[in-house]
Amino acid sequence: MNNNSLWSDAFYRLRRNKAAMFGGFILILLIVVAILAPWISPYSYSYQDLNLGASPPSYEHLLGTDVLGRDLLSRILYGARISLLVGFVATAVALVIGVSWGIVAGYVGGRVDSIMMRIVDVLYGLPFIIFIILLMVIFGRNLWLLFGAIGAVEWLTMARIVRGQVIGLKNQEFVLAAKAMGVSNFSMFRRHLLPNILGPIAVYATLTIPQVMLLEGFLSFLGLGIQPPMSSWGTLIKDGVESMEEYSWLLIYPGITFTITLFALNFFGDGLRDALDPKTSDN
Amino acid sequence: MLAIFFKRILLAIPVLFAVATITFFLIKIAPGGPFDADRAVSPQVLKNLNEAYNLNASNWEQYVDYMSGLLRGDLGPSFRFPGRSVSEMIATGLPVTFELAFYAILIALVMGVFSGVIAALKRNTFLDFIPMSIAMIGICVPTFLMGPLLVLIFGINLEVLPVSGWGQLPGDKILPSLTLGFAYAAYIARLSRGGMLEVLNQDFIRTARAKGLTERMVVIKHAMQGGLIPVVSFLGPAIAGLLAGSFVVETIFQIPGLGRFYVEAAFNRDYTMILGTTIFFSAMIVFFNLMSDLASLWLNPRSRDAS
Repeated sequence: MNNNSLWSDAFYRLRRNKAAMFGGFILILLIVVAILAPWISPYSYSYQDLNLGASPPSYEHLLGTDVLGRDLLSRILYGARISLLVGFVATAVALVIGVSWGIVAGYVGGRVDSIMMRIVDVLYGLPFIIFIILLMVIFGRNLWLLFGAIGAVEWLTMARIVRGQVIGLKNQEFVLAAKAMGVSNFSMFRRHLLPNILGPIAVYATLTIPQVMLLEGFLSFLGLGIQPPMSSWGTLIKDGVESMEEYSWLLIYPGITFTITLFALNFFGDGLRDALDPKTSDN
Repeated sequence: MLAIFFKRILLAIPVLFAVATITFFLIKIAPGGPFDADRAVSPQVLKNLNEAYNLNASNWEQYVDYMSGLLRGDLGPSFRFPGRSVSEMIATGLPVTFELAFYAILIALVMGVFSGVIAALKRNTFLDFIPMSIAMIGICVPTFLMGPLLVLIFGINLEVLPVSGWGQLPGDKILPSLTLGFAYAAYIARLSRGGMLEVLNQDFIRTARAKGLTERMVVIKHAMQGGLIPVVSFLGPAIAGLLAGSFVVETIFQIPGLGRFYVEAAFNRDYTMILGTTIFFSAMIVFFNLMSDLASLWLNPRSRDAS
């Protein structure tokens, strides 16, 4: 294994990890399905067959229909769009805030660093879930606010990780050399520091997505997240719970979908971490 | 040790002050007043209500008023339940939520530490794989799905346990506590397995074995003290998570605790209740984080001696 870059090395290790590859496969499948939902789902998500009402899985409706006669499979496929969208966008928001915060704190150092990290410490200790609920109550339940609010909560760990990495890098020769050549701060971040910390960032981002999706599901379950007629997996589970005594499939299929997705993301994230940092793979 | 304690407390006070201030003004900029929701109120009644709750004063006056009330432990009246104060409602809900959280933590600690330690000792055997796979399930199945599933299995299909309430029917506390505790049992199992594995490879464990201690003594007296530090540090943040979990569990099982009050207040736009509980929750979480930090400092001899 000579002459191989970090990434091809990591990819080789990742490919040998069956659980991670399986997780990655499920993930790609879900993303494809979510994008193609309008074309592959058997019915529209709002199409109602009122004569049918709630019906168990059958040949026409593979996963059955809900109380309003809507096809459950179609609703799960459309729900994938919202759930995955929240997962990716809110993680991206967290990524942007956390990485910038961490790079600046780590690179500038000194007083700026200690103030910035003290802020992170303080925010860590607060019950953020309550503030998200508060924001949703005050400003209404809109999707973009949800992205922003969740992203604004999840960036803290990212900032800590990035800062630690940058502190490790900033006294190395290539950084000092770049500095001596008069590279500006911004291109120092972008060209020299960022590429070297992509590994940990990628790992943590993958592990943040399932957390974000859980948070969205939690809010939607309480009725404070995604609002009808849009539906995420969280709202489907909420609807399923309301009618689970008679129509248990309405809870079980969305539940299975959600759980498998979280499994896939966690396995893939763990695999990625082991692949990029073989030292930790023992624990 | 004591110095750290006072330093942290001194830091917590301005933080809570900031939380109270930010929440207060956030609620002030919220659209709509507390009384213009479902039914129309005549202008005269509205005027009287606003006067009664001192809502005509300037924001600044109301703020000073509220903060001085806060110092005396008075969180103001509830806008939705006339005649009841927010402090009163917190006082009724809190014991229920505490009891639920206590059982959940107990279940989580017993199940988690036990299976985690066994898994670490019997590494790469079935006693390792099976509990750790179950733990993975516990982490991936969210509380809001686990609760209904348990209800479906034990309450509706097997009909062995009550599906809602708290302290009214025998056994109605079992399902809520299990639901809330299971996710934490899973995390704790993983943390204690990792912590134990790290400690078990260290020299002082070899020394303990070499001097002829029984395996039981080595594990209980020497390894667990260091190996469980991650679990102790996790407990502080876990309290914050338990709180969020209690929102869900109390809603599913219709338990009259603080979590359900909060969710209901959020739906009813009962602003004083939201404000009061937010401040209260924050204070509680800051306190528990402090406790767990101090406990892990105290457990770790290196940092204990250094301070």
